[in-house]
Amino acid sequence: MSAEEKSMSIIVTKGSLDWAYPPFILATTAAAMGLPVTMFFTFYGLPLLLKKLDLQLTAAGNPAMKMPMMGGHMGLPNILTAIPGVDAACTKMMKNLMNKKGVASIEDLRELAVEAEVRLIACQMTMDLFEYTLDDMIEGPELGGAATYIEVATQADINLFI
Amino acid sequence: MADHTLDAKGLNCPLPILKARKALKEVPADGTLEILATDPGSVADFEAFCRQTGNELVEHSEDDGVFRFLIKHTA
Repeated sequence: MSAEEKSMSIIVTKGSLDWAYPPFILATTAAAMGLPVTMFFTFYGLPLLLKKLDLQLTAAGNPAMKMPMMGGHMGLPNILTAIPGVDAACTKMMKNLMNKKGVASIEDLRELAVEAEVRLIACQMTMDLFEYTLDDMIEGPELGGAATYIEVATQADINLFI
Repeated sequence: MADHTLDAKGLNCPLPILKARKALKEVPADGTLEILATDPGSVADFEAFCRQTGNELVEHSEDDGVFRFLIKHTA
């Protein structure tokens, strides 16, 4: 395969429903195109490796989040996002919309990444910080730190921070 | 006639590519995979996929919102 000498790494730092997509989409696609891929999960990206995902969304601080609604697009003023239940409703709305538009779930993309032998590294420091163990995680991730990632990155042609 | 057909209609990026990769593994060398998709982005994506993986995009066409790709398993 012509792409075999190319490889990619991604630092995954965000764990909200919307931000979980870019790293998993790019990792699975690169793997499908023949690139060895490594994902390094750190800080809020780390919970994306938990066995049971409960990804949420908030419109707080995100004026660009406008949902298609009644023929137009509707955003949510920050102050409304503070009302209990509003984030949950936004999350539900986004999940419904994704389902309707044939967008894969993060659970599915993650499974495809594991299947495609994407190398998953859980940041040891973040594991300690937020008190997780590998028992909390899906099968597959290994533990590593900054040096582990840097070694990967020096060998990779594409290094992304998401 | 293609050796395999993959119906990826209604699926959005990157699922058509991911499913095509899987389906291609079932296609013998020099065999063909037909893919049906409704994602307009899949046109550029299948071209890039084939260039990168070394498989041959034999043809692609569109009929009433359905894109049809024929990929020859050459890589």
